[in-house]
Amino acid sequence: MAEPSVTADHAPPDGLTREQLLALYRWMRLTRTLEERLVALYRQTKVVGGLFRSLGQEACAVGSAFALERRDVLSPLIRNLGSMLVKGATPVEILRQYMAKGDSPTRGRELNIHFGDVEERHFVGQISHLGDMVPVMAGVTLTFKLREEDRVGLVYVGDGATSTGAFHEGINFAAVQRCPLIVVVENNGYAYSTPTCRQTAAAQFVDKAIGYGIPGVRCDGNDILEVYRVTRDAVARARSGGGVTLLELLTYRRKGHAEHDNQSYVAPGEIEHWAATNDPIDRYIVRLTNEFGFTPAELADVDADVAREVDTATDVAEQSPACDGPDALVGVYADPPRMPSLWFRDGVGSAVDAHERPAGWGTHDG
Amino acid sequence: MAEITFLEAIREGIAEEMERDPSVFLLGEDIGGFGGAFKVTEGLQARFGEKRVIDTPISEAGIVGAAAGAAHYGMRPVVEMQFIDFISCAYDMLTNYVATARYRAFLPCPMVVRGPSGGYVRGGPFHSQNPEAAFLHTPGLKIAYPATAEDAKGLIKSAIRDADPVLFFEHKYLYRRIKGTMPAGDHLVPFGKARVAREGKDLTIVTYAATVWKALEAAEQLAAEDGLSVEVLDLRTLLPMDHEAIVASVKKTNRVLIVHEDTVTGGVAGEITAQISERCFEWLDAPIRRVAAHDVPLPYAPPLEDFVLPQTSDIVRASRWLAAY
Repeated sequence: MAEPSVTADHAPPDGLTREQLLALYRWMRLTRTLEERLVALYRQTKVVGGLFRSLGQEACAVGSAFALERRDVLSPLIRNLGSMLVKGATPVEILRQYMAKGDSPTRGRELNIHFGDVEERHFVGQISHLGDMVPVMAGVTLTFKLREEDRVGLVYVGDGATSTGAFHEGINFAAVQRCPLIVVVENNGYAYSTPTCRQTAAAQFVDKAIGYGIPGVRCDGNDILEVYRVTRDAVARARSGGGVTLLELLTYRRKGHAEHDNQSYVAPGEIEHWAATNDPIDRYIVRLTNEFGFTPAELADVDADVAREVDTATDVAEQSPACDGPDALVGVYADPPRMPSLWFRDGVGSAVDAHERPAGWGTHDG
Repeated sequence: MAEITFLEAIREGIAEEMERDPSVFLLGEDIGGFGGAFKVTEGLQARFGEKRVIDTPISEAGIVGAAAGAAHYGMRPVVEMQFIDFISCAYDMLTNYVATARYRAFLPCPMVVRGPSGGYVRGGPFHSQNPEAAFLHTPGLKIAYPATAEDAKGLIKSAIRDADPVLFFEHKYLYRRIKGTMPAGDHLVPFGKARVAREGKDLTIVTYAATVWKALEAAEQLAAEDGLSVEVLDLRTLLPMDHEAIVASVKKTNRVLIVHEDTVTGGVAGEITAQISERCFEWLDAPIRRVAAHDVPLPYAPPLEDFVLPQTSDIVRASRWLAAY
């Protein structure tokens, strides 16, 4: 696929301090280091199930999430680990989740970064059915509009999810209601093995905004300051009652859909080209040192600090307890009817009764 | 107190909950100024405003998803399906997203999806369906399907207050045919408690929704013509289902007929049959029998619809067979 043209000017977006410029670097570095650790754990068979990476797309997740306030809500996809870290998810949570530990955020019910926190950090975990989070986030942001709360929502979809009915229904409804919602289409060139040209006949995803009567903005998704800038503008529009914005972030998926995918469908040299010339972290390092005066030593300190953080988190997560079978039976309903005992499983009913619920269960009802 | 219709009872229940709780709001197609295809929400937008009675695009998946998102952040949305047949458009949202939200992500999802269901009104294949069995298999959902006006009000109020997602089926044949006098005060009917619609000792008919009335008609006829004492059990809610009440009645009468309007294969009656077999096989003096619709899409022409759907005469015939066994 064609490489996007770099359109950013050479000044940091208004209001970004040196600390924030460095924080953007740190979040991207943490995302990559944590995912590299997950690869190592995956090869040691310590990751349960598949592993999904965002290699080469870190700027999309980090730059966009960085434009949100803590009270704002985001709904990430599997390639938006960076956005969850920015929003407050911790490496140990991510590691526990991937290793299906008993004290993982979903207590082993869900995988990878499919988890949420609507009380403190405000992310709503995705499900595997692509596009479904767009209507859900339409409802979240409709709530903010109805209550006149100064909050916005951001939902990520991939290029593939734009083909679903749910994407269309959610964005159309949110547009009609002028919900304070930002829909980010992360165009990384592939939906599993399907290239963009087989996903849509539209020249660009941002054109779809016209059909919904909302603004659409396309930008270089591997330029983190550009991603931050366009998202920040969309957030400002949403906050001031301007409704929905569709953002198309042009990027590239350098790994397969998941670790098991050998990418046999990719043209020779394509991945190497992006890795060599358009890595979001490499590009940002050039700007940090050449334009904003950071020294290589300052960046190396961040790298070392991130590596230590991931090491510590790995130790903690590895020592976390495994899940306990009967835990699976509680929590389907707020006030559950007693789970009927299956006749061929003597004692399971009483085991559930005796089973101590982890602290915090069933306390999330507003 | 004056009698009101089944439909008015639902409207009254919704209005009372909107009055009581400012987080309750309505979403649906044509439900605002128009008041909905059946006028269930008539007058509510004028009374509660456009922010609480929201007309939506034709987007069942979109509005069910939006309701879930709103529910996560403290609202209590009530979604209208213009006809319950269209709930299939939101099947993914309901089964994959809404039903699992609490279990997999600890997301509260207090919402109601309600709409007119059922046949006997010559609505044809797409305005007559009974989709309850499609959702009976989904942990995380609750299902209510009232038969009386009193229950319609009491159950819709309970549904709106429930901390979990509820599918609320309203039989359109009952909307304006059935009337009731509402109990005074804050009338709530709990989920999971069946109602003995008629006491009896020779035979139990387990049923719900419109066929409750056909079962009662049949019981009347059987008492008059055969001297049979038939007990009619109205389930009221299918998830949770009151298995204790079913078992108690079967132990009393030793014969059971299950009646529902939905098609027979894979219907709710199959699950009830299995529960009875597992829990009280020894009390049965006859095989468990079912009266339900033929396994065809529901046709339009009166002679065809009448033939396909269970009728009072079918219930009478099956009851006589059971009693004679």
